[in-house]
This record gives sequence, C-alpha cells and structure tokens, in this order.
Amino acid sequence: MYQMMEILYFLGKGFNNILASIGRFSMFLLLLLPALPVGLWRLKLLLKQVYFIGVLSLPIILTAGLFVGMVLTLQGYNVLSDYNSEEMVGSMTALTLLRELGPVVTALLFAGRAGSAMTAEIGLMKSTEQLSALEMMAVDPIKFVFAPRFMATVIVVPMLSIIFVAMGILGGYFVAVGWLGVDEGAFWSQMNRHVDWNEDVMSGIIKSVVFGFLIAKIALYQGYDAVPTAEGVSNATTRTVVHASLAVLAMNFVLTALMFN
Amino acid sequence: MSRQKIIEIWVGALVLMSLVSLMVVAFKVSNFQGWKDRPTYSISALYMNVGGLKARAPVKISGVVVGRVVSIAIDPQTFQARVIMDIYKEFDNLSIDTSGSILTSGLLGDQYVALQPGGDEEMLQDGDQLFLTQSALVLEELIGQFLTKSASN
Repeated sequence: MYQMMEILYFLGKGFNNILASIGRFSMFLLLLLPALPVGLWRLKLLLKQVYFIGVLSLPIILTAGLFVGMVLTLQGYNVLSDYNSEEMVGSMTALTLLRELGPVVTALLFAGRAGSAMTAEIGLMKSTEQLSALEMMAVDPIKFVFAPRFMATVIVVPMLSIIFVAMGILGGYFVAVGWLGVDEGAFWSQMNRHVDWNEDVMSGIIKSVVFGFLIAKIALYQGYDAVPTAEGVSNATTRTVVHASLAVLAMNFVLTALMFN
Repeated sequence: MSRQKIIEIWVGALVLMSLVSLMVVAFKVSNFQGWKDRPTYSISALYMNVGGLKARAPVKISGVVVGRVVSIAIDPQTFQARVIMDIYKEFDNLSIDTSGSILTSGLLGDQYVALQPGGDEEMLQDGDQLFLTQSALVLEELIGQFLTKSASN
C-alpha cells in the first residue's frame, strides 16, 4: 500500500512539474511578446546583439556551409555518375541545401554557438542578481535584456541560413566543376531549371525564421528559468542546446510535411 | 573609432553578405558566367523544334564543349526557332557547311547542340547561319509515328 502511494506520488509530482514548466514558459512568452517592439525600437541594443550572435557566428557558418556543400556534391556525384547524369549534382546540392540542410544545420549550429551563450549570460545575470538590480532601477529587464536578444535572433538566423546555402553551393561548385570535371554550363543551367524561387528558396527562408523563433524562445526561457547557481546555469545551458536542437528537428519535419506535400 | 561604430560596421558587413548570398541564390547562373570570358564569335541556326534546349546549354563537337547557346527566340518570318550560339574563338576553322543537331546527353540528361563540321573551303564567320540543322527528337511524336505505323500494318 505504501509503495503504491509512493508510485502515485511520483507520477503526480512529475506531471505537476511538467504542467508548471509549461505554465512558466507561457507566462514568460506573455511577458515577452508585448515587449518585442521595444527590441526593434532600441536600435543600439539590437545592433549589439546582432553583432554578438550574428557576426561572431559567421566563421562557423561559413566553414560548415562550405564543407557540407562539398561533401553533398561528392556523395551525389558518386551515385549520379552511375546513371550518367553528373550534371544533376548541382541541382541536387542546391535543392538539399535550400530546402533542408541550410535552415536546419544553421539552426543547430546557431543553437550551439549563440543559443547556449545567451542562456549562460542571462542565467549568470540572474544568479548575480543583475536582473533584480535592473528592476530596482525601474528598468524592465524583459524590455532591455530579453527583447533585443529575441529580435536579433529572429533577424539573424535567416541571414546566416542564406549565407550557409550560398557557401554550400559555392563549395559544391568547386568540387563538381573544379575537381570532378562536371560541365560548368550544365551545372548551373540544371540548377536553374530545378530550383524554384517560391517553392524552394522562400520555403527555406520561412523555415529558418520559424527556427529563429524557436531557438530564441527556448534559449531566453532557459536563462530566465535557470536555478541561480553554478550548477543551475550549467544545466540550463545544456537544456538549451538539447531542447532547441530537438525542437528544430521536429519542427522541420512538420514544416516539410506542410510545405512539400 | 568607437566600439559602437565597429559593431555597426560589422553588422553592415553581415547584412551585405546575406544580401549578396541572396543574389547568388536568386540569379545563380548569370553571376558566374562572367568569371572566365573566353573570346567568342556568334553563329545562328533555325530549328523546327528545339525540344528542351535552354540558353547556356553547351555546344559540342565530338562531345567536347566548344561554345554556349546564348539565346533562343522565334524567327518572325519563318516561325522557326532561331538559336544563337557563341563559339570559342579558338575553333574558328569550322566550314560553312557545318551541320548542327540538337541531341540529349544520356536518356534523361540536358539537351545540347552537336556540331558536325563539313568539307567546304569557306569558314564560318561571326554572324553566319547554319543551313544544315536537325531538330530535337520529340518522344511523343516518335511514339505517335510508331503507333500509326503499327496500326496501318
């Protein structure tokens, strides 16, 4: 009987915790949403965040894009050369990058590179009571700490994503035309023939905007909700990367099912 | 320079980079055509049907690329398709009776123009027209011919 009660208690507590965290997440969103226009309006704060999370993420995005495009082209060439249609490799690389890999890999890299940093920063601000200090000075931390970071993420992720795609296509071009000897004209004309602006380019950009929202929400919430100790901040940072990556991958499936069906 | 200014310059660079990337993605091909401009001369040919031939498709002799298709348009008098090709200057010894046929690389590949040089003494000059042409094979027409033939038998 006693053990039965223990199990029930365990279940009930777990469920309560889940509900409570969903509640805190929603409350946080409710607080954040009305503050978002301020994030755009305070240009100086916004620019600083764009610099920290966007410009400083550029090296990893550029290198990753180049290598992903190169390896995609190399593998695609191996399969396509069996069918004597090596020229298709350009359109294959471009479509894969534009539709899936560009937005997704950019979002994953961004969550690891910038999302975790945002969580750690806000978590530390919380544990050193800087957020409370701001409130004491009648400065709303939601408006001046969270909103600029949120807007910067939503703006920066699509930009990084399109840069990633362009670098990937460039890498594919080097491998296919420069190394494997695919005809240059056919490479580009096949690509042009198969890539559609609305269906492929725009849907990729929409995807990365959605991913930007997801990462920003998760990273900021985890920082806001972190237990203000060294261990708590470290846990929150880990959770940001894990949750954001899983959310991006799951959302990517949903968006793909909606867009390309 | 103030720190704020450096930040703004870098953000400007990021915006510029993403715009350039967007341009590359938008007009992928035309951008890279300008990279290595080999000297060319232009010839044209009339076709009853160009099939799936596209601008920038390769022009080949014996399978080797010697030029590019520049434009495809309807000739207003004959209502045939006029294909204008740029041939690299180094291949300037093509005779005037060179023939041009539209072929397909592989079963599903892109279409290209295959040139077959003739034996005439006179060479093709800039702006000349090919008189011996062979249009693209249209699979549906072939199947139609095959069906009517087998029906009449």
